[in-house]
Amino acid sequence: MEVLKIATAGSVDDGKSTLIGRILYDTKSLTTDKLEAIEKTSKQRGYDYLDFSLATDGLVAEREQGITIDVAHIYFSTKKKSYIIADTPGHVEYTRNMVTGASTSQASIILIDARKGVIEQTNRHFFINNLLRIKDVVVAINKMDLVDYSEEVYNKIKADFSELMSKRDYQDQKITFIPVSALKGDNVVNKTDKMPWYKGEALLEHLEQLDKADIFNVGTPRFPVQYVIRPKTEEFHDYRGYAGKVYGGDLSVGDDIIVLPSKTRSKIKDIYFYDEKYETASRRSSVTITLENDINVSRGDMIVKEGDLPTIDKQFTANVCWMDTNELTPGGKYVVQHGINKVLAKVERINHKINPDYSGFEKGVTGLAINDIASVTFKLNKPIFYDQFKNHRTNGSFIIIDTQSNNTVGAGFIQ
Amino acid sequence: MKKDTSHINSLENEAIYIMREVAAQFEKPVLLFSGGKDSITLVRLAVKAFYPAKVPFPLMHIDTGHNFPETIEFRDRLVKELGLELIVRNVQDSIDEGKVKEESGRYASRNMLQTTTLLDAIEEFKFDACIGGARRDEEKARAKERIFSVRDDFGQWDEKNQRPELFDMLNGEIEHGQNVRVFPISNWTELDVWSYIEKENIEIPSIYFAHKRKVFLRDGMIWSADDEVVYRDDHEEVIEEMVRFRTVGDMSCTAAVLSEASTIDKVVEEIRDSTISERGARIDDKRSEAAMEKRKQQGYF
Ligand SMILES: Nc1nc2c(ncn2[C@@H]2O[C@H](COP(=O)(O)OP(=O)(O)O)[C@@H](O)[C@H]2O)c(=O)[nH]1
Ligand SMILES: [Mg+2]
Repeated sequence: MEVLKIATAGSVDDGKSTLIGRILYDTKSLTTDKLEAIEKTSKQRGYDYLDFSLATDGLVAEREQGITIDVAHIYFSTKKKSYIIADTPGHVEYTRNMVTGASTSQASIILIDARKGVIEQTNRHFFINNLLRIKDVVVAINKMDLVDYSEEVYNKIKADFSELMSKRDYQDQKITFIPVSALKGDNVVNKTDKMPWYKGEALLEHLEQLDKADIFNVGTPRFPVQYVIRPKTEEFHDYRGYAGKVYGGDLSVGDDIIVLPSKTRSKIKDIYFYDEKYETASRRSSVTITLENDINVSRGDMIVKEGDLPTIDKQFTANVCWMDTNELTPGGKYVVQHGINKVLAKVERINHKINPDYSGFEKGVTGLAINDIASVTFKLNKPIFYDQFKNHRTNGSFIIIDTQSNNTVGAGFIQ
Repeated sequence: MKKDTSHINSLENEAIYIMREVAAQFEKPVLLFSGGKDSITLVRLAVKAFYPAKVPFPLMHIDTGHNFPETIEFRDRLVKELGLELIVRNVQDSIDEGKVKEESGRYASRNMLQTTTLLDAIEEFKFDACIGGARRDEEKARAKERIFSVRDDFGQWDEKNQRPELFDMLNGEIEHGQNVRVFPISNWTELDVWSYIEKENIEIPSIYFAHKRKVFLRDGMIWSADDEVVYRDDHEEVIEEMVRFRTVGDMSCTAAVLSEASTIDKVVEEIRDSTISERGARIDDKRSEAAMEKRKQQGYF
């Protein structure tokens, strides 16, 4: 069965949690005990409707404050697809969690409160979705029940949003507008008769027919060696297997390969998945490969096909989403984790800050505050093997780790 | 050709990737083994991740002393067959040492007491990563867990301040004294686990399949009356029913469900059609409602 991973976005109170709860309810994915709990709590709070956000807001602090703090992953399936929806927080200070949810998603739903229209958070979230090159974006204009299901309101928001779209960097991103009411269930799972002027599909209908575009697998094969398997048993005395996940393209037995950074040449001898041998390792499979020659390969090395080298360099420039309350400043030292590979990095310079409302660049900045997005150049203590993010999602992205707190303080997309 | 088209295969590939990251990033990892289907699935994934080498970390069972005997038997056989290392630490010892106090009465359970024994064992062995079988679909708070979830020196989870986890990059950097809980099957649902058990033909303890058992009813749930572990009032009548367990934790807080599913394919079918969640294992079918009705009429409640 196909799996579609979707992230939600939108400002606080736009109705993200309610929308997901509504989808669960209308697809009959809520089990009786969970539904009873929602009914009970809604009644206790004196609501005359079911508060579906209770289905996803699981932390005590979240239920108390009625907000989403952290990403929740919600699972449900239809006859056609399995879905994983990341319910992400809307507050500006939790943007890092929104980026987390979006980083592994194939599609995203940006919610807009019909009464408020396009606001700063809409810009920011759309910008991040575009930066992450999410292929399909649904703009769900929510709370239509509160604006009399008005076509004018819908058209106005659509026009405002289209202005943002014209400025986006990744133009191939597909964008679909749907007017909904998460609370009442209009155009969520079922098409409503309240908005006859809207000729498109309901939200779930639309999601059902999205192809499971494998955005993680565009590019050429890259095989970062995760772990060296040396059983040292009698039966497998000379066995030296390189365990890892294949990214970007397939690898096959007999392929001429190069091991980085040593640039040693060899050929793929066998491909194992557990105790079975395969001719080909497809993208995203966690296999173990053996090579024809006995060469020295260790964790962090990368096996690539001959004639298909990534960039090997001790310096790169990337768009960075900064996620820490401590500023990133030129000269700052961090650990850069590129895939499984960790290197020491120094901030060479901040080239410019990018305004997420597409109003342009800001030059001459001396530091990045939390949630800033900027072009940053790093110098490394040893070379890494990378591709541009636009050509290779996995080999073109990295995280930044603070050497003091060990926290993940930023994410980057190599230019 | 090794295909990644099906859902379950991609979950398996992801979990194997996580197992290997644990082995590579930590010095003393351990796999927390409860004897339940989730941890049996973890063992299978660990074996596959490192084949033909041995699993490079031990299993650890925090034994509440209230386990179903079938589970313990099964555990010991599994460990022997796969040549794994097993560490057992007992909640009873923590009680005897006066570190925790046994609960008493109707709802007494050793479920909460486990934590102390676990934290002590982590300290004793200096484990820096504990692999667990929690899944995000189990419960709402669990839905928020990261795959690598950092615990401070007191074993606490700072849920509001979790590390962002982007793409599949796992940051296992920690301070001395901290440890990381790792959840390789985070993205699996209960049905995924069962489908995997079926696909891989994994052996699981017999109590997961429908069997005749002496039980009694309380608060709309079915409790095992086979042993002394579950407190039962005299008026709570023991009956015999065809039941199975959906989870096998501590006997004192694991309720059974009425079931005729005696084979794995029947279990998968049952889970697929189920209208209640695993954690809310309550009786929901007609038969049990009728049974309850009868009991009420007889004046039991
Ligand atoms: N009238 C109306 N209210 C809605 C709708 N969707 C959400 N709400 C309400 O808006 C508030 C915020 O919703 P919530 O789902 O928590 O927003 P989130 O912060 O984006 O997750 C709640 O009181 C919801 O009941 C809608 O379509 N119509
Ligand atoms: Mg919310």
